[in-house]
Amino acid sequence: MVKLKIDNFDVDVAEGTSILDAARSVQIDIPTLCKHPDVDPSAGCGMCIVKVGGRIMRSCSTPVAEGMEVVTNDKELQETRKTVLELILSNHPNYCLKCARSGQCELQDMAMRLGVDRDEIHKILKPEEIDDSTQAIVLDPLKCIVCGRCVDICQNQQNVWALSYLNRGLATKVAGANDARLADTPCIKCGQCAAHCPTGAITEYDETAKVWDMLKDKELVTVVQIAPAVRVALGEEFGYEFGKNLTGKIYAALRRLGFAKVFDTNFGADLTIIEEATEFVRRFKEKDHLPMFTSCCPAWVDYVEKYYPEYLPNLSSCKSPHQMVGAVAKTYYAQKTGIDASKIRVVSIMPCTAKKWEVRRHETMRASGYQDVDVVLTTRELAKMIRQSGLNFHHLKDEEADSPLGEYSGAGTIFGVTGGVMTAALRTAYFYVTGQELGTLNFGDIEGLDGIKAAEVDINGTKVRIVVVNGVGNVAELMENLKAAEAAGEDTPYHFIEVMACRGGCIAGGGQPKVMMPNLPKPWGVNDEIRRLRSQGLNNEDEQAANRLSHHNQSIKQLYGEYLGKPGEGKAHELLHTKYRQRDVYK
Amino acid sequence: MAENSQAAQIASKWRKKRGSLIMALHEIQGVKGYIDWQDAMDVSREMNIPLARIYEVLTFYNFFKLEAPGKAVISVCTGTACYLKGNDKVLEKFKSELGINEGESTADKMFHLQSVRCVGCCGLAPVCVVNGKTYGRMTPEAVPGILDEWRQAFKEE
Repeated sequence: MVKLKIDNFDVDVAEGTSILDAARSVQIDIPTLCKHPDVDPSAGCGMCIVKVGGRIMRSCSTPVAEGMEVVTNDKELQETRKTVLELILSNHPNYCLKCARSGQCELQDMAMRLGVDRDEIHKILKPEEIDDSTQAIVLDPLKCIVCGRCVDICQNQQNVWALSYLNRGLATKVAGANDARLADTPCIKCGQCAAHCPTGAITEYDETAKVWDMLKDKELVTVVQIAPAVRVALGEEFGYEFGKNLTGKIYAALRRLGFAKVFDTNFGADLTIIEEATEFVRRFKEKDHLPMFTSCCPAWVDYVEKYYPEYLPNLSSCKSPHQMVGAVAKTYYAQKTGIDASKIRVVSIMPCTAKKWEVRRHETMRASGYQDVDVVLTTRELAKMIRQSGLNFHHLKDEEADSPLGEYSGAGTIFGVTGGVMTAALRTAYFYVTGQELGTLNFGDIEGLDGIKAAEVDINGTKVRIVVVNGVGNVAELMENLKAAEAAGEDTPYHFIEVMACRGGCIAGGGQPKVMMPNLPKPWGVNDEIRRLRSQGLNNEDEQAANRLSHHNQSIKQLYGEYLGKPGEGKAHELLHTKYRQRDVYK
Repeated sequence: MAENSQAAQIASKWRKKRGSLIMALHEIQGVKGYIDWQDAMDVSREMNIPLARIYEVLTFYNFFKLEAPGKAVISVCTGTACYLKGNDKVLEKFKSELGINEGESTADKMFHLQSVRCVGCCGLAPVCVVNGKTYGRMTPEAVPGILDEWRQAFKEE
């Protein structure tokens, strides 16, 4: 431990702690625009300056030292910070009123906090083309303050390498290699850049207007579904604590917005488990392309298609849960209710920006002859629609989802957390193999925020080796293990592998709220504490659920009985499965 | 075959040595005069370095050229002495005469314009260098004459 003084407070912190983090332990929130708990310090923005023995240093990248005396706040520091901020603002437009991040912007907050009330420095704004080529995330270089968080996340955390710095000095900009449009780069649309951007420079591709148009059109039957992770995060936009499960209120809000039916992606998650567990049991027995990888995460699917095409046959052929709901809504549900499928529109509320890309990723995503899912909105966009509508979210009474695509088990709920899909699949796979239920329904080793989490499950005396990859940046290490085993002529080290592109799983997806509670230190957006709280929200629902097993979902049994037939065959295969293709890393 | 391109051959030589991207890029530019998209892709594949990192390096150093430069490379010195003596106006004149910006080449690939920091003969300031030939005491008025001189030289080749 290291002892030092910060503003005359005695502080005792672990060696290697930065001054910035040490100050937080004594309730001092040093301003910063580039440091984020998820990224390494870059000393980029210059806001976090403090005085150490009279010298001005950047607190994010200066570790504490024994006996250090730190001043975090005096008139000179305040004035210097304000000048640094004014320099940043001199390259940033002032039209906050028309920005998607207004009210939730770290730069705006900083200007308010430091009392910037006029343009002190002549503005130089370089007009640059807005890149919305992915139709999932939007990069507006004009609003970028080159803090570097997105580049660090994209390169070092996600290992995707779509974003990079171009040029140097004043001309520095964040863009794809050689200024390529994002759609032509390795971008997997995970949106972690948007989740960490302090300003409105990277946001989701806004499709709320499209949905309002659908809702206005009386010819259409517009139905909606919400992903597991949405229910424990939307509340943050309306002042609820992190991880609060507001499923009932969200159903009510969606109905009041005008959706004809309110379904739940958790139903689709249960359906995915039936198909995926069936597929896994068959492939395990037949030793057919093992290990089998999960395929619910579209950013991960995009990543394999670009970086590891040799493993495409190892991906489960199952569509993701919301795609399954879409396909079933436009076939089974249409037939059951006598509604013309061409009139049905399916809107998915997702924690994810890559889902916006997924709906168009392959021709199999039009299983009914119509696009399975018409529009994907992120959790943030749903919050926007609720605000636009004038609904008083707090006072809405809980409601239930509509039948038959609304019933779900606890297994469906935990799809939103890293390790959840694997847990849910094993519960059902175990039942399929043994005809019995598992004694304990959780596998402790695959929970939590570690990057690679392995475990062994005994199914009737056969050891099934599983591993959960938490964050696409950990895939390379896993693949090296697989390839090394293959090269040595050994059996595959794992049989079943779950991969989620975002750290923590969908609960920390690129489309989740970026609100900060007043009682927690800045910066805004997601961090590991928030990841834990949201995960807890989903895990609690699973633990308290009357049914925690996908194969006991009555509506699912009914769906197979009345319409699909047997899992993995015939109609089920035609509607609920997809195909993959190799994609160029650069176009 | 891309595998046998000049860039790929040079890159593969440097593959084993860590931190040698910039050396490989220097060598390719030394041989080819520039590094284009295909060269960068070859380097990325041969050295197993993400393309995004290669362009970060290529665009950080204005030494690197991303496309074939014009035959006559015009270097306008904007070091302290030349700048104070008015070479910024000479640079502007080259830009307007050629219709290009710094770091660009003319469409007919005859001229490439760049600014450099000090060529080591401040006594002649302001100075321009075209393909190794030095022009001292430059004025904007001298620019059209120099361009004509080089056009003539290329015509005679």
